[in-house]
Amino acid sequence: MQLVLDPEQQELRSAVRKFLTDQSPSARVRSAMESDDGYDRELWRRMATELGLLGLAVPERYDGAGAGHVERAIVQEELGRSLAPSPFLGSAVLATDTLLALDDEAARAELLPRMVAGELIAAVAVAEGGGAWDRTGGATTASRSGDAWTLDGTKTAVVAGDVADVLLVLASTSDGPGWFRVDPSASGVTRTTLTTLDPTRRLAKVAFAKAPATALASADAAAVLDLVADLGAVALAAEQLGGLQRALEMAVDYAKVRVQFGRPVGSYQAVKHGLADVYSDWEQGLSALRHASWAADHARDELPLAAALVAAYVGPAYFRAGTLCVQYHGGIGYTWEHDAHLYYKRAKSTELLFGSPARNRARLADRLGV
Amino acid sequence: MSVPNGSPTELQEYRDGVRSWLKANAPASMPSAAELIPAAKAFQAALFDAGYAGITWPKDVGGQGLSAAYQQVYSDEAAAYELPTYPFIIGMGMCGPTVNDLGTGEQRTSYLPRLLRGEDIWCQLFSEPGAGSDVASLQTRAVLDGDAWVVNGQKVWTTNAQWADFGALLARTDPDRPKHSGLTMFILDMHAPGVTVRPLKDMSGRAPFNEVYFDDVRIPVDAVIGQVNAGWNAAVTMLGHERVSIGATRKPKTNPMEFASLVELARRHGVTGDPAQRERLAELYAHERVLELFNVRMRQETMAGNPPGARGSVAKLAGALLLRRAIDTAGQIAGSDTIAWEPGDARGAELALGINSAPASSIAGGTNEVQHNIIGERILGLPKEPQVDRDIPFRELKVGTQRG
Ligand SMILES: Cc1cc2nc3c(=O)[nH]c(=O)nc-3n(C[C@H](O)[C@H](O)[C@H](O)COP(=O)(O)OP(=O)(O)OC[C@H]3O[C@@H](n4cnc5c(N)ncnc54)[C@H](O)[C@@H]3O)c2cc1C
Repeated sequence: MQLVLDPEQQELRSAVRKFLTDQSPSARVRSAMESDDGYDRELWRRMATELGLLGLAVPERYDGAGAGHVERAIVQEELGRSLAPSPFLGSAVLATDTLLALDDEAARAELLPRMVAGELIAAVAVAEGGGAWDRTGGATTASRSGDAWTLDGTKTAVVAGDVADVLLVLASTSDGPGWFRVDPSASGVTRTTLTTLDPTRRLAKVAFAKAPATALASADAAAVLDLVADLGAVALAAEQLGGLQRALEMAVDYAKVRVQFGRPVGSYQAVKHGLADVYSDWEQGLSALRHASWAADHARDELPLAAALVAAYVGPAYFRAGTLCVQYHGGIGYTWEHDAHLYYKRAKSTELLFGSPARNRARLADRLGV
Repeated sequence: MSVPNGSPTELQEYRDGVRSWLKANAPASMPSAAELIPAAKAFQAALFDAGYAGITWPKDVGGQGLSAAYQQVYSDEAAAYELPTYPFIIGMGMCGPTVNDLGTGEQRTSYLPRLLRGEDIWCQLFSEPGAGSDVASLQTRAVLDGDAWVVNGQKVWTTNAQWADFGALLARTDPDRPKHSGLTMFILDMHAPGVTVRPLKDMSGRAPFNEVYFDDVRIPVDAVIGQVNAGWNAAVTMLGHERVSIGATRKPKTNPMEFASLVELARRHGVTGDPAQRERLAELYAHERVLELFNVRMRQETMAGNPPGARGSVAKLAGALLLRRAIDTAGQIAGSDTIAWEPGDARGAELALGINSAPASSIAGGTNEVQHNIIGERILGLPKEPQVDRDIPFRELKVGTQRG
């Protein structure tokens, strides 16, 4: 197992960090989150074309970079640091992984190159109430008449669902779960952009009423979901660790300069020790992330446990970091102008995005055979 | 000097070798208290002969000169056994590496090979009744008298002193200087006249540590480690080795406070179907495993030329907190069976020992509070604690709970 980055990977990290620091400072993050689309289209275009970030984990035959999940995790860490709103998690992670895991070569060849180029955004619609991913397809049903399929039901917390050009939907059929492709502008599809706790990432609800759908080929639809969930958990943990690290840096920087009772507040142990705990969480969580992303590339049999581990550990750790970031900034940290609340909200929303912490721990227990 | 890093094939071969050696040579059971020292010395000598002692130590002192990757392979394999290596932990993990870093050529070649061959047991003589976290406030005095230093004073909580042949002693050699700059580190022969070791019972009822008294003990001048009055530097070097060594020590898989053992406990108590217990166990696993992965990552960084430095404190602190979590989990699973058991029931005694060991992990080798301070100040760069006594001659200080 390789838990440290090689020089090329470190290079990628610096390049992405520099790009996002220059192109997505706080003011740009805020204008993007308040814009109609909820993300920065120009930034997205440049991520695709100038940096080639959208296809890092995509094979070269679909115009990807043919790198891997360690590289993609680096991008996610940096996006988590900057909070730049973008459809990366929805399209370049969840939808990309789904297409790669399905057995539908035609869909892959048609969609992936355009997704990699940033011309087309895809989203995966699987969650129903509470955000949990049901392997059966849940209450969303697909019915067939001849070669034509229609979907009925409602999916929620769809990441990038508001801006997606293509939806990949898991639904139940009379033969078990199946994956379907839906055009969100088709008749019978209603999208609602949800009001979210985290203003930097929009989520959508998508309702289907006899909505036309195309079946996507897959030998084992539930196994595809499991893999996508594991890879998604790793990518999300990367994003969380990037955010955790930034929240820690902000709090540390402030604690060094804010003086009360004649001393910088960071010289008080209550504050110092809280920050040391956040640092300790980060170091350990990062080790678990490196292991999980390495497993995604090199040891797929270790991935299910590694992904469950990192999801169970990092979500609560980030929220603690977000909480202390606000806390140690005092009143100023509770203002809208300060970025601390954006990390706090991102931390809570990512902790719960794919279901509750209890569910993450139960999933880990399952995989440990407990 | 280049160190063989080990290709995957080489490491696999090495693993096979370690595995079959341990299978053939690991003692079947832990020796009784009375036999521990001879058994430990014999096992260490066998390790040395097989080429598994001092895996990362330089060859000129009897080590193998291999990279940390080989050490990791050995530690992974050894974790499946309960080996009688405990008496050597301080020598191998702390004193030996410090002598290697700072000792003279003569000190290195006369002490280190003996340590690796299992001939000597070492202890660390730092703490005193008035000086624990604040080691630099210690009062044991060493005064130069011709060709020897004469030592008077007292140490406390000295682990393994009851068996030790040598000790790394920190003593005050110049009380007119501020406290950090008047200390010197010595190699002390624990059998020298004037050294008295008295066992000190810990809260578990055992006596793994001691009080040590010095009454006109003479130490030859060539037993100074590093420079006279530069003992603080030597102490910092040793404490760095100590944190890494405590933090990175892999507990044997038979440890009753380890995840796998607690799952077994849950099975015996029939509570694995309870969602709350499952979650608790999963959380314990998560904390145990992330710490293990962090230790692997630190070793890999060391191999890549980027040693962990103060980040060893993260491992030390996380290890102590993990044990607290584990005893909480054990109690949630076993309830009152954790606190009362049939006379002679080894399982009950093991759980109680776990509970009685948790405070030791949080205090020994630097308390949790001090590790937090180190992480906050040395890693995060937060402002230091106000140091009111830093520049005052030691003689004028109030120290610990008494006047200096
Ligand atoms: C099992 C065991 C084995 C040991 N083995 C050895 C050994 O082999 N050799 C050896 O030399 N020593 C040994 N020690 C001693 C150990 O290093 C000290 O006990 C430890 O450093 C703490 O010092 P103290 O006990 O004097 O506590 P104190 O320093 O008096 O601390 C009391 C309390 O104050 C807190 N505190 C102190 N300073 C600060 C600060 N700056 N900021 C915040 N809180 C602070 C502490 O965290 C603690 O909670 C051992 C101790 C134990 C328990």
